[in-house]
Amino acid sequence: MSARTDATHVVVVGHGMVGHRFVEALTARDDAGQFRVTVLAEERRPAYDRVALSSFFDGADEAALRLPPLDRVPGLDLRLGVRAESVDLDRKVVRTSAGASLPYDELVLATGSYPFVPPVPGHDAPGCFVYRTLDDLEEIRFAAARALRAADDGSERAPDGPSPQRASAPAVGVVVGGGLLGLEAANALRLLGLAPHVVELAPHLMAVQVDEGGGALLGRLVTDLGVTVHCGSATVRVVTDPVSGQATGVDLADGTRIDTPVVVFAAGVRPRDDLARAAGLPLGPRGGVAVDSSCRSAADPHVWAIGEVAALDGQVFGLVAPGYAMAETAADRMLGGAATFPGADLSTKLKLLGVDVASFGDAHGRTPGALSVVLNDPVRQAYGKLVVSDDARTLLGGVLVGDASRYALLRPLVGSPLPSDPAALLAPEDAAAGAGGSGLAALPDSAQLCSCNAVTKGTLLSAIAGGSASDVAGLKACTRAGTGCGSCVPALKQLLVSAGVEQSTALCEHFAASRAELFEIVASTAIATFTELVTRHGRGRGCDICKPAVASILASLHTGDHILDGERGALQDTNDRHLANMQRNGTYSVVPRIPGGEITPAKLKVIAEVAEDFGLYTKITGGQRIDLLGARLEELPLIWQRLTDAGFESGHAYGKALRTVKSCVGSTWCRYGVQDSVGLAIELELRYRGLRSPHKLKGGVSGCARECAEARSKDFGIIATEAGWNLYVGGNGGFRPRHAELLVSDVPRDELIAILDRFLMFYIRTADRLQRTAAWVEAMDGGLAHLRDVIVHDSLGVCAALEAAMAAHVAGYRDEWRAVLSDPRRLAKFASFVNAPGHPDPDISFTVERDQRIPAPARPLLDVEPR
Amino acid sequence: MKVLEAAAVSLSLLAPEQGAAVLLPDGGSAAVFLLHDGSVHAVGNLDPFYGAPVICHGIVGDRSGAPTVASPLGKQVFCLRTGRCLDVPGVALPVFDVLVRDGVIRLSSSGNTGEMTVGT
Ligand SMILES: Cc1cc2nc3c(=O)[nH]c(=O)nc-3n(C[C@H](O)[C@H](O)[C@H](O)COP(=O)(O)OP(=O)(O)OC[C@H]3O[C@@H](n4cnc5c(N)ncnc54)[C@H](O)[C@@H]3O)c2cc1C
Ligand code: SF4
Ligand code: FES
Repeated sequence: MSARTDATHVVVVGHGMVGHRFVEALTARDDAGQFRVTVLAEERRPAYDRVALSSFFDGADEAALRLPPLDRVPGLDLRLGVRAESVDLDRKVVRTSAGASLPYDELVLATGSYPFVPPVPGHDAPGCFVYRTLDDLEEIRFAAARALRAADDGSERAPDGPSPQRASAPAVGVVVGGGLLGLEAANALRLLGLAPHVVELAPHLMAVQVDEGGGALLGRLVTDLGVTVHCGSATVRVVTDPVSGQATGVDLADGTRIDTPVVVFAAGVRPRDDLARAAGLPLGPRGGVAVDSSCRSAADPHVWAIGEVAALDGQVFGLVAPGYAMAETAADRMLGGAATFPGADLSTKLKLLGVDVASFGDAHGRTPGALSVVLNDPVRQAYGKLVVSDDARTLLGGVLVGDASRYALLRPLVGSPLPSDPAALLAPEDAAAGAGGSGLAALPDSAQLCSCNAVTKGTLLSAIAGGSASDVAGLKACTRAGTGCGSCVPALKQLLVSAGVEQSTALCEHFAASRAELFEIVASTAIATFTELVTRHGRGRGCDICKPAVASILASLHTGDHILDGERGALQDTNDRHLANMQRNGTYSVVPRIPGGEITPAKLKVIAEVAEDFGLYTKITGGQRIDLLGARLEELPLIWQRLTDAGFESGHAYGKALRTVKSCVGSTWCRYGVQDSVGLAIELELRYRGLRSPHKLKGGVSGCARECAEARSKDFGIIATEAGWNLYVGGNGGFRPRHAELLVSDVPRDELIAILDRFLMFYIRTADRLQRTAAWVEAMDGGLAHLRDVIVHDSLGVCAALEAAMAAHVAGYRDEWRAVLSDPRRLAKFASFVNAPGHPDPDISFTVERDQRIPAPARPLLDVEPR
Repeated sequence: MKVLEAAAVSLSLLAPEQGAAVLLPDGGSAAVFLLHDGSVHAVGNLDPFYGAPVICHGIVGDRSGAPTVASPLGKQVFCLRTGRCLDVPGVALPVFDVLVRDGVIRLSSSGNTGEMTVGT
């Protein structure tokens, strides 16, 4: 479905929570493609969960807070970082900060609120913040870290000074405003390690929601948690440093000065109705775009306002649930429905600094004749108040502080006759009633598990049973449960576990397919990047299991590309990432390729010189090469350059790739030899070098049956016969040694190579991740006989394709080390530090043993054994 | 309402999902990661199991939705948000505060590692 050209153009101003919900609601039901939507978003990021903003300080980041993306909406034009500057109601055009003039058919204002900052002197000094956006919180976190460090430095210097043992005063953060937002901000500062002070003008905290008694208890509880509360105090100015201009404290009206480098204003919000005001639309008496119950402007039927910027009957709604209801109402109206937004009460239940606070209905007893019943229990630290009608029969509202467990029961009773004596309703819940509560199984299907989004247990169970959700992410996507405050997520998890959602045999949590299946997917599609593969055939962003597996598949199928280029670089495992083996101290080893183990004295000298010049530890390996250990990352290109200049290439002692083809001296020198084993080994090593595979590959060639090259312990072993060569496959040294088995005997060289090509390619295509050829042959249905059928007798008709794939590999082979030296972007990956590219890492050090340099004894930071 | 200027690494030096080491004034290093979604995270660069400065070379990914890096040596996986090791309880990397403005990354930690100045 794509938007039609005659579609109604809806311009939404503001991509906050409510604007986002509106777009979702409108487009979900727009089957006819009747609407085309443009969203202007002042913030640089797509809509996120502002209600859960403070969880940023509990480790949630932008990705965790992001609302479900709108990328499936056809034709949606989301302009991030673009503000609406003005509206021309007559011409029906919005002018944007990017200079565009956007004609609209319908205009939806969802601009939310802005934080109110009292205009005291110094209110805009560096060090002053508001608490509304992710950007704000990032800045607060950064400033808090600086403040802490400054305090640390101060206390460290103290002992030198004259004053004996100055107690290290903790860094202070001040919050101006003691309402809901202010207490959230105070908690944030506390989590950041600052000692929070809250300055509130009203005589008690949360004056909007709770009454004096509740506020008093709240103040006590919050003080116990380390928050210093200054109620009934006005902030008169922010003190600033005369040189830097940075905030250094605040002055209160009573003369108190609080020293602090961090001041957060959380003194309430005001609707962002500036666009509407300038356009001449009618506003509510306390601001906000005046709308009727269909959320349309009272003055212009093509202008709508929803969320915190809208005023119905003069009232604005600073909570997300009424905003969502407005979004649904406006969307329904545009689609031709008759929904209305009747207004909403501002009942809230919160946990602030770990203290339960709830307020509902007429919490302040403003209804004429209203009576209140108060239970103040200093022992339980709980305060409760019920507001009832003058005849004490109808519940009008209430306040709960310290224990809000009764909220769920009481709130729905507002406006109804009281079931019992009001005092009894406030009494502590008896143990019996609370007991059965935790068992999820005991709840009926109609029970609401997610109260933010009104999702019942039954709905969740059927989403699980219907297969549309197999994890929390799935449940969030299809039911919306868990996408509000998130407090129901543990229940969602529990529900999934008890429903016994199936455990799959997938590669990892990101791919349901096995390695072989992924290989086929990549081979049969044009997919050339991990991102595309994981987007279309997986989920998430991958891990250290699937990324290297996919890197290997891509390397096998796209042989011409360098493994470090573009996104591919990020997929490579430890050694592949820098084309050398990482050692336990973070240095690398370089193992120059010495095909077949044959080397001239001149080249031996070069190796010796390089090792000496770079102080490398040298050792002869089991693969007939020389290992040079202890190179620093930034030295690798220098070492490769020296080797390249002398006609070497570096070699794969790393990576899931061909390592070496070992050989004996063969018929050239050995009096028993019947074939040139060295010549064949060199040819094979050069043919298969760089071949990426599910696991490492080793080969060997012996010049006669005496088998001096130990070829049968290799993945492919070749033993010379009078008539040709015997090929053995599936051998293995390592921790479960296995002799290779005879696949074909007495074959001539060309045929040998063709069969070997097929063998290796068939293995690469069908083996599991990290499955050596030995395990692969063992696990194969029909075993070695089947393998012989496929690659020798061509029973599946794949031989030609396998040979062609190998031919492509051989033709596409490039010296990947040399390719780094000639490319500055690749070279940049070999910097020790981004900010000091050639600076040797001081955390790497050496000592000497038997005349060679070895890693200094490890200094693990803990006593846990590595796996 | 601004944080006073601290120091910085240019964002353009980072490749997505490929870590980089940043030298800190105290001689230690931080591993900095630019993720696929554009967010930037920084943790201590020393692998706590080996004491080697290699975390920046680990594979970046996610586990149950949380961004992670796997140590290139022992493959233990760490959460990039909290620094916690998700495979071995009780082990964690230090986490740095990161602020990105106008293409410049600023690092800061509540511990005793200093702030950074780095040119492009
Ligand atoms: C810390 C915090 C905690 C909260 N806790 C709760 C809670 O527990 N429960 C609850 O119900 N509510 C809570 N709220 C309130 C809730 O977040 C808001 O009610 C809700 O986000 C309002 O949604 P909105 O879309 O109307 O406004 P917003 O989410 O503010 O979105 C408005 C967007 O419009 C953009 N914008 C403004 N003007 C323009 C323009 N001219 N051009 C382009 N874009 C523009 C803004 O940048 C903003 O991104 C909390 C708010 C905060 C800040
Ligand atoms: S395997 Fe045969 S040819 Fe090779 S060295 Fe041993 S004895 Fe000589
Ligand atoms: S998200 Fe709030 S209860 Fe489910």
